[in-house]
Amino acid sequence: MGTGSAGAGTLPLADRPIHEVAALLERGEVSSRDLVEACLARIERDGERLNTFLAVGAEQARAAADIADAARADGVRAPLLGIPYALKDIFVTRALDDEGQPDGGLPTTAGSRILEGYLSPYASDAEDRLTAAGAVLLGKTNCDEFAMGSSNENSAYGPVRNPWGETLVPGGSSGGSSVAVAAGQAFFATGTDTGGSIRQPAALSGVVGMKPTYGRVSRYGMVAFASSLDQCGPFGRSVRDVALVLGALAGHDPRDATCVDTPVPDYLAALDGEVRGLRLGVPREFFVAGMEPGVEQAVRAAIAVLEGAGADIVEVSLPSTDKGLATYYIITPAEASANLARYDGIRFGHTAGVDDLLENYRLTRGEGFGPEVKRRIILGTYALSAGYYDAYYVKAQQVRTMIKAEFDAVLGTVDALLAPTSPSVAFPIGAKTEDPLLMYLNDACTLPVNIAGLPGISVPCGLSDGLPVGFQVIGKAFDEPTVLRVADAYQRAAGFSDLRPPTAHD
Amino acid sequence: MITRGDVEHVAELARLHLTDEELDRMQVQLSRILEAIEVLRDVDTSHVGPTATVLNLENVMRDDEPSDGLSREAALANAPLREGDHLRVPRVLKEGR
Repeated sequence: MGTGSAGAGTLPLADRPIHEVAALLERGEVSSRDLVEACLARIERDGERLNTFLAVGAEQARAAADIADAARADGVRAPLLGIPYALKDIFVTRALDDEGQPDGGLPTTAGSRILEGYLSPYASDAEDRLTAAGAVLLGKTNCDEFAMGSSNENSAYGPVRNPWGETLVPGGSSGGSSVAVAAGQAFFATGTDTGGSIRQPAALSGVVGMKPTYGRVSRYGMVAFASSLDQCGPFGRSVRDVALVLGALAGHDPRDATCVDTPVPDYLAALDGEVRGLRLGVPREFFVAGMEPGVEQAVRAAIAVLEGAGADIVEVSLPSTDKGLATYYIITPAEASANLARYDGIRFGHTAGVDDLLENYRLTRGEGFGPEVKRRIILGTYALSAGYYDAYYVKAQQVRTMIKAEFDAVLGTVDALLAPTSPSVAFPIGAKTEDPLLMYLNDACTLPVNIAGLPGISVPCGLSDGLPVGFQVIGKAFDEPTVLRVADAYQRAAGFSDLRPPTAHD
Repeated sequence: MITRGDVEHVAELARLHLTDEELDRMQVQLSRILEAIEVLRDVDTSHVGPTATVLNLENVMRDDEPSDGLSREAALANAPLREGDHLRVPRVLKEGR
C-alpha cells in the first residue's frame, strides 16, 4: 500500500468502516454520540478547507445520536442504528412543519444558486429509509449543480477538494459525499449516479461507491437530472458497508412509479468471498484510448487478483461502447431540459422579481443557473426542438437500444463484467473546465452502464502516482448480490480496503 | 455548425436569458459537442426501436384513495411572491395587447 494508508486496527475511530464501529457500539465500547463527535471533529478541522458540506446539522445529529444510544440501551436493534452519515445535497430533507415554519431540518440546494435557501416541505425516500434504519444524519454534501459534472467544479458553492491532494478534484458529481467518506467526516453517504456520479468520485477519492440497478432504489425526493438514468446509491469504506447501506435504501416505493416492486435480497449474505466458478467478462472497449497507463495497470492487476481467487476471466466485446458518450449527451440534456423547466421563479427558489412573466422566467433562470447547467439546457432543448428531434433524440434512443442489447447478450454468457471506473486518477482543479468534451470523457467507462440501467460498483484497487484507482464490477439487472460478492471477494484477496488519505489521523 | 442565431432561438425556447458573452461561448462549445455527437449518424438504426426506459413497466396503477397532501402553508412557504392563500404570478398580458 502507498502513502497515507494505515494498517488494520490502527485507524482512528472516524476512519473505520461501519462493520467495525457497529461491533464497538454493540459491545458498548463506543456510543453513537462518540461517532458523531468524531465526524464533527473532522468536519470542524477539514470540512471548510475540503468544502465537503453545504449544510451541517451538528446539534440535530447529537440529539439523534443520543436517541439512538438510548434506544440501543432499551434493546432496540436496527441495521444502521447510531451510524452517522451524510446525504448528497440533491436529496431533499424535510425542513418545514405543516404550518410552513422551519422545523430545524436542513436546507436543500442541489448545488445551485437557484435553490439557495430552499426548505423542503417533505423528506426524500432515502432520508426516510435511513432514518428508519437508525442512521444519524450529519449534513448535506456539496455536489455539482443538479448533479451535472465529473469534478465537483460545477457547484455554485465552490469545488470540493480531494483529501489525497488538495489541489485536485475528487470527481463528481457526488464529490462531497465521496470525500466525506474518504476523510472521516461520515461513515457512509448517499450519492446519485446518472452517468458515473457515484462510481467516478468513489474511484478518484479512494472509496467504494455503488450505482444500483435502475428501479432498485426510489428516486422520490431526489432532485431530478435525467429521470430515465438517475439512480441513488451508497458510498462506503468497504464493499461490506456498501452492501449494508444498500439493503437499507433498496425496496419498493409507490411514490416513484419507476421503483420496481421486487424483493430485496440479503446483500450481506452474498458476501461469502467465493468467486470460484464465476465467469467474469472483461470488455476490451472499456480500456479506452487515452487511459492512463497507471490506471490500466492497476485495473489489470485487480482482474488478476480475481483470477487468482478462482474466477474464470474471459475477454468480451461491447462494440457500441464508443457510442455511449454521444448517446448520453443527447438523452441526459434532453431529459434535463424538461426536468429543469420547473425552476420558474414562481413556486420556489430564486426569482428575478420582474413584473413580466416571460421576462421573469428568462432572468430568473439566467441568474440562477450556472454555466454547465445552461449548456445542458441549451443542448437538450436543441436536441428536442422541431427539425432535430428525430436526428438527435430518437437516434440516441435507438443507439441506447443497441447498447443495452449488447450488454444483455454479453451478460447472458458471463456472471459479471470487470472494467476500469475512470480513465484517469484525480486531476488538478481547473485542468478540464475550459473544455466540456474533455470533462465528459471522464465518464466514458461509467455512462454505458446507466444507459443500460445495470448495477455497477467501483472498488479501490491501489494507487497510481500516489492517487487512488478504482475498478468496476458491472452486473445483470437486479443482480446486485453477484456484483457485491465479486467486489467483496476482491477486497478480501487484495487488501486495499484500508486505503486512507493523509487526512486520516486525529 | 450551430449559429449564434440558433443558440438565441433555443435559449428563447428554454426561457433562459444568456448574456452576449454566454451566447458566444455557447455557440463555440455547442458546435464542438454536436460535432462529437455526429458519430451516431453513421450507426445503422434502421431496424432498431427507441428505448425510453430500461424497465419493462407499463401503466403502474394504484387505488385512487384520498390521503393528506402537503398543507397549504407548507406548499406556499417557498414561494417568492404570495398573496393570501395563492401564489402570485407576474402579469401575463400587458395592457393594450
